Amino acid sequence: MRILCDALDTRIRYDVVLAPVTADAKKRIAKPMLDDELLDHLQRGAFGYFADEANPANGLVADTSRKDSPASIAVVGLALSVYPVAVERGWLTREDAAARTLVTLRFFETSAQGSGADATGYNGFYYHFLDRESGKRVWRCEVSPIDTALLFAGILTAGAYFTDATSTEAEIRALARELYGRIDWNWARNGKAAVAHGWKPENGFLHYAWEGYNEATLLYVLGLASPTHPLPAASYAAWTATYQWERIYGCDLLYAGPLFIHQFSHAWIDFRKIRDPFMREKGSDYFENSCRAVDVQREYARRDPNEYGTYGPDSWGLSAGDGPGLRTMRVHGRERRFFEYTARGVPYGPDDGTIAPVAALASLPFAPALALSAVRHFLELYPEWADTWRLPSGFNRNAPGADSRGWISEGSYGLDQGIAILMIENYRSGLIWKLMRNSPPIRTGLKRAGFEGGWL
Amino acid sequence: MTTSPSWRNPDPRGPYHLLIIGAGPAGLIAARAAVRGGAKVALIERNLLGGSCLNNGCIPSKAIIRTSRLYREMRDAEHFGGRVPGGIAVDFPAVMERVRRIRARLSERGSAERLAAMGIDLHFGEARFAGPDSVTVGGNVLRFKKALVATGARPVRPPIPGLEEAGYLTYENVFDLTECPQRLLVIGGGPVGCELAQAFARLGSRVTLVEEDPMFLGHEERDAAQLLSDALARDGIEIHLDTQTTRVRVEGNDKVADLVNDDTKRTVAVDQILVGVGTAPNVQGLELEAAGVVYDDARGIPVDDFLRTTNRRIFAAGDVCAGNKFPHIESAAGRIVVANALFLGRQRLSAEAIPWCTFTDPEIAHVGMYVTEARQKNIPVKTFTILMHEVDRAITDGEEEGFVKVHVREGTGKILGATVVASHAGDLINEISLAMSAGLDLHALARVNQPYPTQSQAIKMAAGAYVASRRTSFRTWLMTKWLSW
Repeated sequence: MRILCDALDTRIRYDVVLAPVTADAKKRIAKPMLDDELLDHLQRGAFGYFADEANPANGLVADTSRKDSPASIAVVGLALSVYPVAVERGWLTREDAAARTLVTLRFFETSAQGSGADATGYNGFYYHFLDRESGKRVWRCEVSPIDTALLFAGILTAGAYFTDATSTEAEIRALARELYGRIDWNWARNGKAAVAHGWKPENGFLHYAWEGYNEATLLYVLGLASPTHPLPAASYAAWTATYQWERIYGCDLLYAGPLFIHQFSHAWIDFRKIRDPFMREKGSDYFENSCRAVDVQREYARRDPNEYGTYGPDSWGLSAGDGPGLRTMRVHGRERRFFEYTARGVPYGPDDGTIAPVAALASLPFAPALALSAVRHFLELYPEWADTWRLPSGFNRNAPGADSRGWISEGSYGLDQGIAILMIENYRSGLIWKLMRNSPPIRTGLKRAGFEGGWL
Repeated sequence: MTTSPSWRNPDPRGPYHLLIIGAGPAGLIAARAAVRGGAKVALIERNLLGGSCLNNGCIPSKAIIRTSRLYREMRDAEHFGGRVPGGIAVDFPAVMERVRRIRARLSERGSAERLAAMGIDLHFGEARFAGPDSVTVGGNVLRFKKALVATGARPVRPPIPGLEEAGYLTYENVFDLTECPQRLLVIGGGPVGCELAQAFARLGSRVTLVEEDPMFLGHEERDAAQLLSDALARDGIEIHLDTQTTRVRVEGNDKVADLVNDDTKRTVAVDQILVGVGTAPNVQGLELEAAGVVYDDARGIPVDDFLRTTNRRIFAAGDVCAGNKFPHIESAAGRIVVANALFLGRQRLSAEAIPWCTFTDPEIAHVGMYVTEARQKNIPVKTFTILMHEVDRAITDGEEEGFVKVHVREGTGKILGATVVASHAGDLINEISLAMSAGLDLHALARVNQPYPTQSQAIKMAAGAYVASRRTSFRTWLMTKWLSW
C-alpha cells in the first residue's frame, strides 16, 4: 500500500493555493459583497482545511486543525465529497482529485479489518478516529456505524463523480463497490431492530441504538441498500417508531434539537418532495422539515429564554460543536454553566449561549436569505474570520475569551468545513444532490425505506 | 402509622365481605370505601399503617424536598432581584425533625383507633392464606368472601459485591439520618434516586448519581430526562449515566465504589451510599399457594384488567402487582377493587387516566400514552408543545424551565397523553387528567376560562395551538369575507 501511495504522491498537487485573503479584512467586510462572491470566499476558505489537513500518504484527514489531532473517518467522507466540488470550482484538477480519492480508497481497502484493538475497522465498518500516519485506531474509540456511513457517503460520491474511462477512475469505482459490499450492516444491529451506536473490542456493542430522529437517515438508507448484507425493512421502521411530530412555536415539525441533525443526511440526499411513510402521513418532507427547524431555531434565538443577550434573528445556530469548557461561573450576576464539545439544541437544550456559526451557514439550502444574513452578522462581529474565511466551531459572548467579544473556538473542525462546502454547493449548483440522485445505493435505500415521489 | 401497646386485635366476625392484607394507600382506600358501602371489612397490617408512602416514601421525601428547594431559592436570591442571605447554613437535624413532625401529623388521620371507629376490624400481625377463602393472623382464622392483597413492596437489594458489608441506605431508612452526609453516592436514576439526590445536594451533600441506563427516568420522554439531567447538574450533582457500580469496599472511614462506564473505570469515595434501583413485591410468607394465587417472587402477582388474581375471589393492587410504583395508582386500584369485588363492578384499570409525577425540580409529570406507545399501536400522533418560557406567569416566577406537551390523535383533538415538565408539573397535569377522565378534547380545554396569569395557562395555550392548527385557509378566507361584508 505504501508503495502505491508513494507512486501516486508524485501526481498530486498538495500545494493547492487558494486566492489570497490577507488584505484588510474589516475593509473587505464593510464593502458590499454579492451573495455569490461571499459564498465563493467561504467555500474556498473551507476547502483550505482539506488542503492543509489531509495526509497525502493515505488520504486521512484530521478531525480538527489542532496539534496532534487524529483523523476522523467522517471528515474523510466529507473530503471525498468535497473533491468533486473542488474540481468543478477549479480549485483542483480532475486528475489531482482522482489521485487523492484513489489514495484514500486504497488505504481503506488494504488497512487491517478485525476484532483486534489496533485494527482500522471491523466487519467492513471503521473506527471513528484513526492515527493519521498509521491509520490504526486511537483513543480506544468505537467502530462507528454513523461515521462509517458518512465515510461511505463520500466514497459513493466519488464513485458517482469519477466516471471517466481512465484506469484511476475505473479503480475508484471498483473500490467503492467493493468496500460498500464489504460492510456487514446486520452485524451492527446486534440482533435487534435498530443499528447500535458502536462496538468496541474491549466490551462489545455500546448500549445506545440509532433511534429517534437524528443524522442517521443516511446510515439507514445505505444499510438498506447493501447488495450483500442489507438491513431489513424492520430496522427502518424501528428507527422511525420513535419519531416525535410536534408543534413548537407554531411550526409543525419532526423534532430534533441540534441543527446539524437537520443537515448532515441532506448534504448527500435531495429530500425535496420525496416522502417516506411517516412524512406522507404528516404531509411534509424532510427538506421542508429542515426549513421549519431553522424557523424554530430563529424563534428560540429571538426569545432568548436564558437571557444571554447575544441571540437574535441573525444570531442563531445551536448545534453540535466546541464549547468554552466544562465550568460554572457568574456572568453579569447570573450563574452560567458552560460545556465543552456537545450537541446543543433548541428548545430543550442544552444551551450555554454558544453558537455554531457553521450551523447557520449550512442552513443555506433551506433558508438562503436567513442563513446569509446570519453569516454576514457573524462576520461583522468577527471580521478577522475573513482572513481565512473559515468559520470556527463555536463562539460564546458570555464566556470569557481573549477579548471582550468572549470565547471563540480555536482552529477549525473538519466536519464544519466539509458540511459548509457541501451545503453551499447544493445551494449554488445542486452538484452533490444531482450526483447522488443517480447513485444506485441511495436510490435503492430510499425505495426500500418506503420513499416515493419527486425525483425518485 | 400508630397503635398503642395496649392494642388488641378484635375477635373475628364470621366471613368478611372484604379482607384486606396491607394497610398502605391501596388497602386503606379500599377499606374505607368498602366499609362506607356497608361491607364487613377486615384489614391486616404486619407493621405500620400508611405503608411506605406515609412512613418512608412520598410524605417524608416531599417534606425534605420542600426544605431543600428553600435552600436553593435562598442561594438564587439574586436571580429574583433579592439579596442572598448571609451565612446560609443547613440545620440538618431541624430538617429531619420537620420530616418526622409532618409524618406524625399525617399519620393521625389513619390511626388504628380511627379505623376501628369506622367499623374496620383491624388486625396487626403476619397474614397467611390457609385456603382459598381464609387467612390466619395472630392465631385467628379469618374467613372472607373477597380478599385484596395490597402488601406493597420493599427496596431491591442490588447484587453489588461488597455493598451489604459496607452498609447502605434505602428509602426505608434514609429519613432516619441524623447527620447530612458530606459525600453521598446515589445508585439508581429513577424517581427515588433523582428526588433524593437533588434534595441532599441542595442540603449540602456532594452527590454522585449513578444510573445504568443512558438516561434518567427510563420510562419518561427523552426531552424530559434531558431537562432533568441539566437541572441535576446545575445543582452540582456529579452525574454518571450508562454506568454500573461494580464493587463496593470500606477503606478507613470511606465507602469506596468502583464505577464502570463503557470501558472507563473510576472510583468514588463517599460517606454514605443510597440505593434506589426499584422495588421487589412483598409476596413472601403469604402462602399464596394455599389460596391458589399464582405469583412470581420478582414481578409479583399477575392480575387482569379488573385486578383479579388467578383466584377470582382474591384481588391484588398496588406495588405488589402494578407496573408503576406510585401511590395514586394504588389509590385508584383500591377503589376499583371495591367496586369490582363487592358491587358487581366491571371497572378496568386500563380505563383510568392515572397521572404520575417525579418530584424533582423541575417536576416531571405524565398521564396517558407516550408517543412511542401510540405509534406502536399505529395511532398517528401529533404533539402540541408549549415551552414554559412562553408562559407569562412562569416568567414572572422565574420558573421558565420545562414544557407542556399534549399528545393528540392526529387530525383530532382527542387527548392520548401528556407530559409536563415544570416547577409545579404535579399540579398542572391534573387539568389534563380531568379532561381525559371526562372525555374532553383540546377544543374543550381551549374554551376553559382561567385566571391570568397562572402557569396552567400553558395548557390552555397548547389547546389554543390545536385550535389554530385546525383553521384551514378556506375557513380563514371565509371568516375574512364575512367580516368584510
